[in-house]
Amino acid sequence: MKKTIGPPRFAHRFFRWYCHPRMRNHIEGDLLEDYRDRVHKKGKWKADVRFVLDVLLLLRPEIIRPLEGYKNLNTYGMYKSYFKIGWRNLAKNKGYSFINIGGLALGMAVAMLISLWVYDELSFNKYHQNYETIAQVYRLQNRGGERGVSTSHVTGLGTLLKTEYASHFKNVAMIRARTEERVLAFGENKFTQSGYFMQPEGAEMLTLKMVRGTRQGLTDMKSILLAESVAKKLFGDADPINQVVLMDAKWDLKVTGVYEDLPKNSTFYDASYFAPLDLYIDGWGSLTSWDNYFVYIYVQLNEGGNFEELSRYIKDVMLAHVDAETKESKPEIFLHPMGQWHLDSEFKNGELTTSKRMLSVWYYSAIGVFVLLLACINFMNLSTARSEKRAKEVGIRKSIGSMRGQLIQQFFGETLLVAFLSAVIALIIVQLSLPWFNYVSDKNIALPISNPLFWLACVAFTLFTGLLAGSYPALYLSSFNAVKILKGTFKAGRFAVLPRRVLVVVQFTVSITLTIGTIIVYQQIQFAKNRPVGYSRANLIGMRTASPEYKGQYHTLRNELKSTNLVEEIAEANYSIIDTRGWNGGFSWHGNKYDQTFNTIYVTHEYGKTVGWEFVAGRDFSRDFPSDLSGIVINESAAAILSLENPVGESLSWMDRGEFKILGVVKDMVKGSPYEPTDPSIIFLSESDMQWLYIKIKPEVSAHEALPKIQSVLASIVPSAPFDYTFADEAYDAKFKAEERIGKLATLFSVLALLISCLGLFGLASFIAEQRTKEIGIRKILGASIPNLWKMLSKDFAVLVIIACSVSIPLSYYFMNSWLGQYEYRTAISWNVFAFTALGALVITLLTVSFQAIKAAVANPVKSLRSE
Amino acid sequence: MKKYQLGEFEEIVMLTIAILYKEAYGVAIKNEIESRLKRNVSMGAMHTALVRLEDKGYIRSHDGEPTEERMGRPKKYFQVTALGKRAMEYSRETRNALWGAIPDVSPNVKFS
Repeated sequence: MKKTIGPPRFAHRFFRWYCHPRMRNHIEGDLLEDYRDRVHKKGKWKADVRFVLDVLLLLRPEIIRPLEGYKNLNTYGMYKSYFKIGWRNLAKNKGYSFINIGGLALGMAVAMLISLWVYDELSFNKYHQNYETIAQVYRLQNRGGERGVSTSHVTGLGTLLKTEYASHFKNVAMIRARTEERVLAFGENKFTQSGYFMQPEGAEMLTLKMVRGTRQGLTDMKSILLAESVAKKLFGDADPINQVVLMDAKWDLKVTGVYEDLPKNSTFYDASYFAPLDLYIDGWGSLTSWDNYFVYIYVQLNEGGNFEELSRYIKDVMLAHVDAETKESKPEIFLHPMGQWHLDSEFKNGELTTSKRMLSVWYYSAIGVFVLLLACINFMNLSTARSEKRAKEVGIRKSIGSMRGQLIQQFFGETLLVAFLSAVIALIIVQLSLPWFNYVSDKNIALPISNPLFWLACVAFTLFTGLLAGSYPALYLSSFNAVKILKGTFKAGRFAVLPRRVLVVVQFTVSITLTIGTIIVYQQIQFAKNRPVGYSRANLIGMRTASPEYKGQYHTLRNELKSTNLVEEIAEANYSIIDTRGWNGGFSWHGNKYDQTFNTIYVTHEYGKTVGWEFVAGRDFSRDFPSDLSGIVINESAAAILSLENPVGESLSWMDRGEFKILGVVKDMVKGSPYEPTDPSIIFLSESDMQWLYIKIKPEVSAHEALPKIQSVLASIVPSAPFDYTFADEAYDAKFKAEERIGKLATLFSVLALLISCLGLFGLASFIAEQRTKEIGIRKILGASIPNLWKMLSKDFAVLVIIACSVSIPLSYYFMNSWLGQYEYRTAISWNVFAFTALGALVITLLTVSFQAIKAAVANPVKSLRSE
Repeated sequence: MKKYQLGEFEEIVMLTIAILYKEAYGVAIKNEIESRLKRNVSMGAMHTALVRLEDKGYIRSHDGEPTEERMGRPKKYFQVTALGKRAMEYSRETRNALWGAIPDVSPNVKFS
């Protein structure tokens, strides 16, 4: 056997191993040729050495094969192609792209706005750093056969928790149970501000963010903490610390701290000052009283404390201190954690129930999801409708070797491209509409641009939308049979049309339901606004008599104001005309005791004339009869409860305060919620000074003209009081705010929903018209008239909308009936709302479709048939 | 940034390819350089230069037929592209320009 002359095997194999396969063969050839030459010229040994050297010198990056093998293992190239094709498709069909991206962007913008809103609701009170450990003390008590819940407590309870149970709480603070309006004055600057009277521990507990001064500022009775905005109003840019503000022209209070204004989503958002509780009770109350319920009690738990355990532990602490009558009502206290205050604070018979706010969070979330769904449906519909155009592409891709999975990837990729474009537009829309949205929803929301979580959420949201919108087209388009498509026998059959139709029906069902809901919300608001209120609000202004200077000046004031000839009448009362405070029981008639409590208010003689009472029977108070001081006027509701045959002239006795003769019966006055039944009221006459002053401007005089004169009269008689008036009609209209807010948001959402649906329909109609161009051409040649063709093209869509109507009418009836159920005074749902909406939807649909249908129908058939 | 990237050894390789014209394959190029320039050329250095030149688009290659002395491995023939030609001309012109710029009086430069 001949020994083969060859290079060293190990070197040869080593070379073959490391060399890039692309150049392996020819370099190997070169090496071998060289080797052979050398063997001849210089002998085998030298040639071998030279060969090994050459092999080693060839070990260079350019020549070594890539580590992971020589194949391109990634498919970036493919993705690039998908992206390119997707982009070209968008650019080629500008109309569809606009509808797709615009619709999706609108849907996403709505969903984003709603998410921001929901997030704001859910993060209520989180501004306070002790959010997790703060609770409010609530009390369960028997009241009229039910377990009622209340939050106003006696100061004794707070002090008890603070002293004897101190080890269980980190902090306990009592706060006057509502905001108090006070006039704060510094020099010439006077403002009526609402704020809280609070124990010193409160500031630390609520973690007020101090701009100046300290949280310990309330330890002295004559001190006050101001919100930054108020400090600015009073002191301008000067340092307010240690300055003295005058409260209600009575107390000089030293400013010991300025805190950052509390945000809108805090329970204490309206606190423009915090003053010491000691100041509030100074001279008339104590911190150990057990019979006057006027404070809220807030507690902060120790680390690791448990609300429920502690609630059980302190449940019965009141029993040992209260009088027998209260004990009878079984007062029982418990802790209500801060996390639940905003959304979970409604009780029914002592049990927590789903609150209205929680419900609205649910409603809005549902609307957001639905609107987004509508936009996604549009996307699906248009993509599948256009599928025939892309069928060829799918066929070719498949025959070249695309797997179905790859096609699915491709179409998802395209959807994601659209989704991201839409998300960018949606973000812009959201940013632009936020000021308006904040105004309507009474919020203070900003895009949390600096928060990385927000961007993460945005990306996740976009991916979700993209996948949702892309799922159906991706799965559908990729399922085509390549052979059929390329042969030309492919037709998207009935199966393709049915889901599309279902989707259109879903879209319109949602839109129509939203529209009906909106109309009913507005009807309810209008219904309540038109409710007869029993007094006249026009030209009536009210203000608090917030200065001791008002004392004894009533008659002077009245004479001066009337002498201006601008004022019809003035009066005072102890409560505002638009609120329902002041409840008392203990009335009896000839020894028959009434169980009910009555809304009792005190007024001056002229009250009736000022507010324009409407008498059903009897007469008003009169200065001509001094005995009227022990007379009363009742309203119709009260008369119904008293159930006297002829109440006028009868006398009621009120505990030990004596007998009161009924002088007249007036129509019910709507003072509280315009949706609730009116309260039974008993109105007493008083000649002492009271907190509310009402001025009726003469009807023929414009308020604009009268106000400066009134102001100058007031300034001369009560110079220390600010001229902070409210128009009674405006104050009353404010009661509709919540409902109007719902109405406005609902309008916005339903208009958008309808718009998105129509956008989709428009696209679909134009597509179908385009698809049937040839058919329409032939029909025209054979004699079809334009109305005929229009009918043919529109009929399909009209049927779908009619189906949608028939689904949404019972649906919306059900929802709106339960929504109206929460109002005592409510409008009836009439059938014409449904008829009107259905008709409207049909008209809008036909208009949308007709544009395309008529365009297709009037086109010259020669043009459509010429090309083939 | 330079208009044409061309190293010294790369330029020699290209020139040799141009000289050999239709016969420019690995061993031939190597032998040609060695005989003309009297310097040793390693297989590694040359193939690296060839790879780089091809990446730059200055030369292109095509496979030849396998021969017996190469134990059946094919030859790979190289050829200068138009771009490569421009790069070579550019390199030559810059050198000529520099040479031309040398003043005659310069005492330090001695010719030949």
